[in-house]
Amino acid sequence: MTTHATDRPSRRASANHSGAAAVLRYFGVAVIVVYCLAPFFWMVVSAFRRPSDQFQLSALPRPWSTANFRAVFKPDVGFGRALLNSLVVAGIATIVTLVIGTVAAYALARLEFRFKNLVAAVIIAISMFPPISIVVPLLKLFTDIKWINTYQAMIVPSLSFALPLAVWYLTSFFRQLPAELEQAAMIDGCTRGQAFRKVILPLAAPGVFTTAIITFIAAWNDFIIALSMVNKKDMQTATVAISRFTGAYGFDQPYGTQMAAGVVVTVPLVLAVLAFQRRIVSGLTAGGLK
Amino acid sequence: MTTSAPAAAPPHAKPAPKRGIRRAHRGEGRLAAFLLSPTLLVLALVIGYPLVSALRESLYQRGEGLDANGFVISGEHFVGLRNYIDAFTGANGSRFWNAFGNTTFFTITTVALETVIGLAMALIMHHALRGRAFLRASILVPWAVPTAVSGLLWRWIFDANGIANNLLGQQILWSADGWPAKWAVVIADTWKTAPFIGLLTLAGLQLIPAELHEAARVDGANAWTQFRKITLPLIKPALLVAVLFRLLDVLRMFDLPYLLVGNQKYSVQTLSVLAFNEANNLHYGPASAYATLLFLYVVIVAYAFVKILGADLLAGARTRTPARRRRSATRPLAGKGTPA
Repeated sequence: MTTHATDRPSRRASANHSGAAAVLRYFGVAVIVVYCLAPFFWMVVSAFRRPSDQFQLSALPRPWSTANFRAVFKPDVGFGRALLNSLVVAGIATIVTLVIGTVAAYALARLEFRFKNLVAAVIIAISMFPPISIVVPLLKLFTDIKWINTYQAMIVPSLSFALPLAVWYLTSFFRQLPAELEQAAMIDGCTRGQAFRKVILPLAAPGVFTTAIITFIAAWNDFIIALSMVNKKDMQTATVAISRFTGAYGFDQPYGTQMAAGVVVTVPLVLAVLAFQRRIVSGLTAGGLK
Repeated sequence: MTTSAPAAAPPHAKPAPKRGIRRAHRGEGRLAAFLLSPTLLVLALVIGYPLVSALRESLYQRGEGLDANGFVISGEHFVGLRNYIDAFTGANGSRFWNAFGNTTFFTITTVALETVIGLAMALIMHHALRGRAFLRASILVPWAVPTAVSGLLWRWIFDANGIANNLLGQQILWSADGWPAKWAVVIADTWKTAPFIGLLTLAGLQLIPAELHEAARVDGANAWTQFRKITLPLIKPALLVAVLFRLLDVLRMFDLPYLLVGNQKYSVQTLSVLAFNEANNLHYGPASAYATLLFLYVVIVAYAFVKILGADLLAGARTRTPARRRRSATRPLAGKGTPA
């Protein structure tokens, strides 16, 4: 953090001494912005065309139309229900993950115990697990115990990636809080539990909140679990529902409606990301490096 | 670390406080076990059980077969390593090796592209004078788009009459089987995740003190030399971790080939897609064998990467507080001195 103060003036000085470098920098920035936003822009633009203009290639729809969005929310498509399913699955997975992950992360960040490095290594290793390796056996198990087409059949496997992810991020958040704070609270007569609840948790709230967003996005974006565990239409999550949209003419890819549904699924996430970008970036990078 | 412990521990440390610390530790150990048990229990259930179950399942086959006496048996029966042998040789062998080759191809090309592009992005962002907030916001957009949605989006972009062919002035059939389909997947994956590598690398860049570059400049090093001798070595830990995350993520790739090109397309079928298709056809035995082989592949790559390149994922956990590290390093010595 101290480097910020020292490198600002020097950077400004170097910027002054060549105008060409500054132009190059703005060009680089423009390239990144176009790279990141152009495909997203194309999704939005395609969603707002009339279905009959689907293959129009103009940069903006002419004329604008919400026909695709209306098609997405037609009652027989059941997309509203799919959104609700996604919300339930990702929401419950996030809550369960945070409740049990927070205490685990606290132990990893604050307590001294044997096998600590081993436990941390196991948890980070599990977050890199290929989901197909658990989907195949769980598919068979859930078929046997009649869990196919239920919420729990999607929530439980989601924990396999959500929980390690959350523990990892939360641990790095807890570690950033000075240990002196809770030591002071314990000297003042708090038990460790009270110190955790009254001192650490309120201070870690932004970190917990950020972890909640990252976990929710990960669970919301899941495709393979929901695809495997559910075959009934009214239990599909949004990502699966979009992929199963059928066109009006059989083999046609209904790109317009798919893009409109894609916008509906993505825009809330993008808005959340924009609102909390600073925290999310610090959360993502804190997990990656120390 | 433990080898240096005797030197670090004061040989004449008073026994009383040490015992106090150890008792506190034992209490902390119990508390830690209590706090960690829900997480470990859940992970054992959702990871440990399926893993063992897949291993067992991969030794069985379903369907009718003949036993040693020529009687027809139905249901599941033990076939030993048959599923694995079938995966490597014979008719199924070509499907497995094809999926293995695709997975490896995607892993190498996308991670290489993403690292180069991500590094370039990080350097640009680091030197950006204005619009940093906007830059950071736009770089998070590809990350936030669900992979499934991005698969469909790129399918639309790469449609025969889509924008990609229009801009290129070509008529490439991207979603037909073949090399264009492979590259479509590579491009889509790179778009989504290069910014992520950029973000992680940028955080590493921001930790480099400006004085280092200043000193090098004074000594007459040009930009390229500075980059090679200062920037690259110092961001290497951050970059390695990001690359490792990406490597393991691409190895399990499923959504993009499945949605962008198609489930049954040979040229983009990854190991995950192959295992998924087998499971969907109720061939749980072969599916489990493929899933287990993919798991082993991931483990081997991760292990080799950590061993050869020394990516230290746990650097934070171990070296965060030097005082605490020293304390934990003395513990084996203390334990040896006074057996419980």
